[in-house]
Amino acid sequence: MTDYRIVPAGDSAIFVEFEERIDPAVNARTIAFADAIRAANLAGVRDVVPTYRTAAIYYDPLRTDGDALLACVEREAVRPAPAAAAVGAPVRIPVCYGGDLGPDLPDVAAFAKADEEEVIRLHSAATYRVFMLGFVPGFAYLGIVDDRIAMPRRSTPRVRVPPGAVGIGGIQTGIYPAETPGGWQLIGRTPVKPFDPSRDNPFLMKAGDSVQFYTIDRREYDQWK
Amino acid sequence: MEVARTSPLDSGRGGRPSVVHVIKPGMLTTIQDAGRWGFQSRGVPVAGPMDPVSYRFVNALVGNDRDAAALEITLLGPELEFDDERLVAVAGAEFELSLDGRPTPCNAPFIVSTGSLLRFGARGRGARAYLAVSGGIAVPPALGSRSTHLVSAMGGVGGRALVAGDRLPLGDPRRVTGMALAPQTPTVALPDHHAKIRVLPGPQVDYFNANVLDVIQSAPYTIGHNSDRMGFRLEGPLLTHARRADFISDATPLGVLQVPASGQPILLMADRQTTGGYPKVATVIAADIAVAGQLGPADTISFAVCTPFEAMAALIAQERALMAVEARRT
Repeated sequence: MTDYRIVPAGDSAIFVEFEERIDPAVNARTIAFADAIRAANLAGVRDVVPTYRTAAIYYDPLRTDGDALLACVEREAVRPAPAAAAVGAPVRIPVCYGGDLGPDLPDVAAFAKADEEEVIRLHSAATYRVFMLGFVPGFAYLGIVDDRIAMPRRSTPRVRVPPGAVGIGGIQTGIYPAETPGGWQLIGRTPVKPFDPSRDNPFLMKAGDSVQFYTIDRREYDQWK
Repeated sequence: MEVARTSPLDSGRGGRPSVVHVIKPGMLTTIQDAGRWGFQSRGVPVAGPMDPVSYRFVNALVGNDRDAAALEITLLGPELEFDDERLVAVAGAEFELSLDGRPTPCNAPFIVSTGSLLRFGARGRGARAYLAVSGGIAVPPALGSRSTHLVSAMGGVGGRALVAGDRLPLGDPRRVTGMALAPQTPTVALPDHHAKIRVLPGPQVDYFNANVLDVIQSAPYTIGHNSDRMGFRLEGPLLTHARRADFISDATPLGVLQVPASGQPILLMADRQTTGGYPKVATVIAADIAVAGQLGPADTISFAVCTPFEAMAALIAQERALMAVEARRT
């Protein structure tokens, strides 16, 4: 089974690429592979970073046995994807949709040719997969968004998106953990912090988790502790 | 090597921690250590020094561990006051230094005492200097590292560059005997506004036209003015995608050249995001990251494709030179 390839990225990283598509099964295999490399605890390996379909292995070339690393990669890369049942209970995230907290909800409703209630229903009915984290600390790329509300990102990104903003960018959805520029369609806001360095576990989500959104009203949002 | 707490030096201080007092911050001075490794899968950038070799060299000069937190000083230097007897050294970019009004050299440790004032003057070659104090800078670590990441406001002092009035706590220095105060030969050959930087092809060289490696070596690239610790926006020969320019996001290593639809590459540096959605044509070899980190806006780079063997040989030579400086104190 050689449906993957190993490509070097300079002299201090290798990329292990699986099938080139955004797909839960390919992503599950990528994450399981990354976990196995991490668990092998090879000398010199500094970080393992799974994304949609690629796992990057960062290593110190002066302190790594390249042959041992390659053997480990070849052993782990051929394992089939784990069963979907292995995913734990979903992370549940409260969202106050619409109004000034979700300024693009009317646009997404127009895109979907539906009313705002239907957009909220579609967004909060799905169970999403955390395909990867990136962009800023704690930002999780969630998918796959229902086709009807999978509105492309804004042509002109906002200079400032507030922390907690929940957005849609095509088939992806996610929460902005910090005030950053951003181009996704903002449909609501959560009072929960995806990244909080003062918490015992600073990160709300990791790659491979499942996530569900549920609605709260404005009063619950304002009073959330 | 004798290692002991320097309690005699601390005894007159009534138990207060020693600090470095920032009188003037310079243009962009940040606290950096060896970087925030291990959290890229959670979207946390590594940060760390732009020139990791000068950073490690300067820590060796004052007898610190190689990963102690130091100051990275960009283009225009700070003015600092000390309140304790410490060893201090400055390396990397060449600066005129004065300690209490007297010239003092770079690349050599010197002793400061209570009230000592260190001023940075004119800069020579290189864009970034590193300043280490014996004991290291002891701001609280965030996710295991003291490195400042400006965009995510993490590490250092409140995740930001230093400002006038900051007081930087210092760790307990080791007392090291036989510490030579003579200048040491720096390990990084500082560029004079131009550097030859070696790259290895990949990870996605096959997403580009077949002649892309010839094109990238055909003429120098200029570092754009909107370049910073995250990356250098390069202007030079256009690199042509053989497929679409958008790409399923994957990880972004230090020194990688990612190429958006414009065909102008971006060299990703210390503060880069952990992931990106553009194909990556080539990656700077580890041994040449330090030289790249000494370049600034309007400087130029000539890329040269090398072999993995050449990359490894260069890294081993660099490691030997650093180990010689680190071993000097024993």
